[in-house]
Amino acid sequence: MTASAFRKNLTLTLLVLAALLLLQFVLPEYYVLMATRMMVLAVFTVGFNALLGYVGLLSLGHAMFFACGLYAAGLSVYHFGFSLPAAFGVSLIASAALSLVIGAITLRTIRVSFMIVTLMFAQVGYLAVLYFAEWTNGQEGLSLPASARQMALGPWTLNIADAVTRYNIALVLLAASLGLLLFYLKGTRGRVATAIRDNEGRTEMLGFNVFAAKLEMFVLSGTLSGAAGAAYGLLFGYLGATFASFQYSIEALLFTLLGGAGTLLGPLIGVVLMVAMIDKLSELTSAYFLVIGVILIVLILWFPKGILGTIRERWAPWLL
Amino acid sequence: MGLGPYLLLATLEGLVQAAVLCITAAGLSLVFGVMRVVNVAHGEFVMLGAVIAWYAASLLTGHPALGFVVALIISPLIVGAIAALSERLILKRLDYNPEATIVATIGLLYIIQQSVLILYGPDARPVDPPFYYTIRLPWFGYSAYKLFVIGAAILIMGLIWFVLQKTRAGLIMRATQFDRETAQAFGIPVDKVSAYVFALGAGLAAIAGILVVPIQQAHYLMGTDPLLLSFIVVIIGGLGSMSGTVVAAILIGLSDGILSMMFSPTLAKMVSTLLVALVLVFRPNGLFGKAAR
Amino acid sequence: MASLIPLLSTKNVKRHFGGLKAVDGIDFALYEGEIRAIIGPNGAGKTTFVSLLSGRTEVSEGTITFAGEDVTRLPAYKRVQRGIAYTFQITNIYPTKTAAENVRIAVESRAARLRDARFDRDTATRAALEAVGLADRKEALAGELAYGHQRLLEVAMGLALQPKLLILDEPTQGLSDPEIENFLALVRQIAKSATVLLIEHNMHVVMSLADRISVLTRGTLLAEGTPEEIRDNPDVQAAYLGA
Repeated sequence: MTASAFRKNLTLTLLVLAALLLLQFVLPEYYVLMATRMMVLAVFTVGFNALLGYVGLLSLGHAMFFACGLYAAGLSVYHFGFSLPAAFGVSLIASAALSLVIGAITLRTIRVSFMIVTLMFAQVGYLAVLYFAEWTNGQEGLSLPASARQMALGPWTLNIADAVTRYNIALVLLAASLGLLLFYLKGTRGRVATAIRDNEGRTEMLGFNVFAAKLEMFVLSGTLSGAAGAAYGLLFGYLGATFASFQYSIEALLFTLLGGAGTLLGPLIGVVLMVAMIDKLSELTSAYFLVIGVILIVLILWFPKGILGTIRERWAPWLL
Repeated sequence: MGLGPYLLLATLEGLVQAAVLCITAAGLSLVFGVMRVVNVAHGEFVMLGAVIAWYAASLLTGHPALGFVVALIISPLIVGAIAALSERLILKRLDYNPEATIVATIGLLYIIQQSVLILYGPDARPVDPPFYYTIRLPWFGYSAYKLFVIGAAILIMGLIWFVLQKTRAGLIMRATQFDRETAQAFGIPVDKVSAYVFALGAGLAAIAGILVVPIQQAHYLMGTDPLLLSFIVVIIGGLGSMSGTVVAAILIGLSDGILSMMFSPTLAKMVSTLLVALVLVFRPNGLFGKAAR
Repeated sequence: MASLIPLLSTKNVKRHFGGLKAVDGIDFALYEGEIRAIIGPNGAGKTTFVSLLSGRTEVSEGTITFAGEDVTRLPAYKRVQRGIAYTFQITNIYPTKTAAENVRIAVESRAARLRDARFDRDTATRAALEAVGLADRKEALAGELAYGHQRLLEVAMGLALQPKLLILDEPTQGLSDPEIENFLALVRQIAKSATVLLIEHNMHVVMSLADRISVLTRGTLLAEGTPEEIRDNPDVQAAYLGA
């Protein structure tokens, strides 16, 4: 990436984040809550897209990392009374460790096998949440008590159940994940990652350890997803088995495809559009997954590059 | 009940499950073998078969066998037609790209499942077996219908074997499976073969759905378990290998039946899914498969 | 030459695919600074043999030594890091990246080995593109380059690695005659700083470039010698004509 392209991407990202910062002053309360959810899910999707968009690995099991972060943070608060930063730290370590192990195993496979194997591991994770119901309360899930969602911050009390507070926490997390990926892609590692995506065999024959590079991105991706899960659990105070289910893996895929795989801001765009649409739809019908199915097929048939991918192709080749 | 009869019961239950699984997995294996498409919507075809059987049974009053027979005829046809249509409209346009077709069949899964939710509703509904007869064994009574399911599965697997090995259609399918491009060069309409194979695979799933519904009830979410189990069977048996599929289905059906009686079903599923994922990573040709070609 | 230690040598290397003996016990030695051609009829095992050298295929038996180190079990990427570069028979580039970006990836690989803060990656990229005459096409997408230019880009990527040994697998396949003449000059230039091993069908290229020629048939080494010796060798003539 040239220096000027990097500056353009950085500027664009900062503009979007600044707009999000200002948005909280104009949005009505219900939409502040929804935008918070969107930003947390966008972090999850940024993590998913890091793997799909920049090294070309399609995982069908990313819900397992989201749920890993969610439960690692939530359970350490619920059962062991951890402070919020400690719980978040635990979730980062747990999801990094899980993605290291799962990545080391699944990256021995390619393409279709990789998709199926990640799906199966995620299914194991989902079943584990149900099986260890003593800890997780299974399908029904757990609600974090209000007292556990506060912490002392010097003379003040930080209450993350407060709408504005959690909006800004989600925004900081989104900014951090976008910044992390942007700087990763700027350097040699980013160059090698996209080289693997475009031609794995060639990259190996240029002297790069392809497996190690893929594993590194897998861990980055899994940890970002875990961080998103932890934020979701702590900010909204609910831990449930649904977050580990196949459906959550598919949503990350759907958001990414819609916004544009391999674009920095695509995940955010995909999440905003889909979550807004699902919100409207679920007022009308309980079968809104029908629409998700249709959109998946429409995207893959006619719009495989997604919104930002198409814009990049037509008008803005510098987009990252 | 002593341990012997208990094991006999578990074995019988396992064989019934293996029988249904065999038919379902054979469909999945055929589609994967010939088209190289991993059909994630396969379980929904089982569910459709079962739901259509319920409609047939509830519309045709009179002897339950009547509805059952009608379902056996029309359900595979309807499901096959739906499958052929989605093959033409979606999979063909994606040029059978393996990754894209997985995403598309996930979409198909949601479309079928949610359409059934809208049209049929969220309830689980029972369907009467075509006949009630209980075989009295010295230790327990056993439903003759379940034995009929085992027999039906043997018959259907025999038919599949016959079609694949002894007929021209089977030859065409095997040729396409072996080498798509060469088959095309020899004038085999590979494109049409794909549509028929996808329909055939779905039809087999539908038959499995009809056979299982008197035992299990029809529900819009019932496709998930058959999907996962037949994935497991196809992977253990070696992707695309029909004989491996049969052996694996019996193995999985029996062990699942027996394990579920001894351990919690969730734990049994968890462990078996984990083991199978590891098989796919470390023995990608299946447990009985040959080394890499 | 016999007094020198070879840059690359193989001892009884074999590669069997099921019953097919693609490479069946080859003893081979390559000396620093030479241009060596490997020729042989189709199916002689040439590509399999160089795949064994580059590490893209694992040996069934035997050992490979490079620069005094046993590299038999090293994965391909580590051999590249040791200085064995391989250019593909079928053009193998990053079609959606620019020509400069293609070369830059190879340059990054070299930079990772050098660990030298003074190494200028942009200069190295430009140098490799200039060496093959693609400097004016550097911003073009590789996939949109003419075929001959894609072949040159492939060589530029190999060059950018600054390898000790550059393996070229049928580099002139599909090139026009004037392009081939350019290519000959390019390889002579490369040979000043690297040892070159090439598989080639075009006898004109082989005869005008190679210092020595190795002839393979049926997975074994049939003959080895200077171009003149090979031309006059009755066994070689028989293998080609009688095949």
